[in-house]
Amino acid sequence: MESLEQILAESPFLHALQPEYLKLITGCASNVRFDGGQYLFREGEEAEKFFIIRHGRIGLEIHAPDRGAITIQTLEAGDILGWSWLVPPYQWRFDAKATELVRAIALDGKCLRTKCEEDHNLGYALLKRFAHIIEQRLEATRLQLLDVYGSHA
Amino acid sequence: MDHMLEVEKNAGTISNAMLPALYRIENVRKDTDDTFTLELVPQGDGDGFTFSPGQFNMLYVFGVGEIPISICGDPARKDLLVHTTRAVGTVTKALRKLKRNDVIGVRGPFGTHWPVEDVTGSDVVIIAGGIGLPPLRPALYSLLAQREKYGKIVLLYGTRSPADILYKNELERWRARFDLEVHITVDRGMEGWHGNVGVVTTLIKKAPFDPDNTVAFVVGPEVMMRYAILELHKRGVESSSIYLSMERNMKCAIGLCGHCQLGNVFVCKDGPVFRYDKMQELFSLREI
Repeated sequence: MESLEQILAESPFLHALQPEYLKLITGCASNVRFDGGQYLFREGEEAEKFFIIRHGRIGLEIHAPDRGAITIQTLEAGDILGWSWLVPPYQWRFDAKATELVRAIALDGKCLRTKCEEDHNLGYALLKRFAHIIEQRLEATRLQLLDVYGSHA
Repeated sequence: MDHMLEVEKNAGTISNAMLPALYRIENVRKDTDDTFTLELVPQGDGDGFTFSPGQFNMLYVFGVGEIPISICGDPARKDLLVHTTRAVGTVTKALRKLKRNDVIGVRGPFGTHWPVEDVTGSDVVIIAGGIGLPPLRPALYSLLAQREKYGKIVLLYGTRSPADILYKNELERWRARFDLEVHITVDRGMEGWHGNVGVVTTLIKKAPFDPDNTVAFVVGPEVMMRYAILELHKRGVESSSIYLSMERNMKCAIGLCGHCQLGNVFVCKDGPVFRYDKMQELFSLREI
């Protein structure tokens, strides 16, 4: 059976991270599993984790009074879920719901924030990786906003 | 490499390019709220209709006007001409009102085609956005008809919402095949939708193909195609291995009238299918 450290080392997100940092991060990691329909977190709750998805699909939802839950994005194996743990006030902005059985590695945000404060090189290495994900999501969101398939397109 | 060759010019023979032939509507099918499919058969005797994947016809609604529409049926079916389009303008709205046994005029086939025969041995990734799937469907039929000649075949298809997905039954059949990867995403999820939500370009980064030996066929709104090309480049697919189909205001369809001029090319005659590296500069010009 693969150890958590091995699994993290194989994750594209942590590719080429220095071994000592990988060890530090492994200290904040745990295996988690969610059944289809189960919420990983809800909007407004304290954001104390992020997830490296290993299996299954997660829908990011926002709830609107007249429209119910609106899925704004889905994430799958290999994707990273959550960066609210990085930014004050450390609160989730959306609901995250497993649409099927999900297996993931959860990383303790508080634990990581402490380690990043103690070692800014680790902080920079992680932030660079998150900046890349945030950039991809922002670009995708802008394209969604364009509504390129509308009748005006 | 074979697929590095230039896109061939229209291979079909057009006896009289400006004279519409009469076709009878065999079937009209509503695909979504605003798209519909016409199945046409020739009036009278004939050898059937020969075309290459990616080509288009000019469809003429008598008394209303003529418009270019991609051919979206199976190239192996010479007895049936199939067109899917969206009702957005005067002619397409008139087309949608037609019924079985009504007759329209057809000129074609026109334009360049997907280099299906030139890319044997490669992985093929087909990226379709919205109404971009119909012009790619004949290419997929041709690839699947000779499945053993290609590496992986991947279809990435994005639409606005689940209600806008075209050819649902066929997509389900394709998805059930072991030799074809089909990934669908919608920009806006809705209740009951358990699939992907996000733009089609987000599917490219994880799609299972070998970038060093992949040819991509891309059709969709130009903004979508621009970002799809960026993602393909990020994966390592070269511009010379990317083909796309352009849409412009085609009128004569034979490169005479100039309505579809894009820089120094006529989309009707030099396209609609272009190899990206051959028209990269034109693609990024804002003025045209």
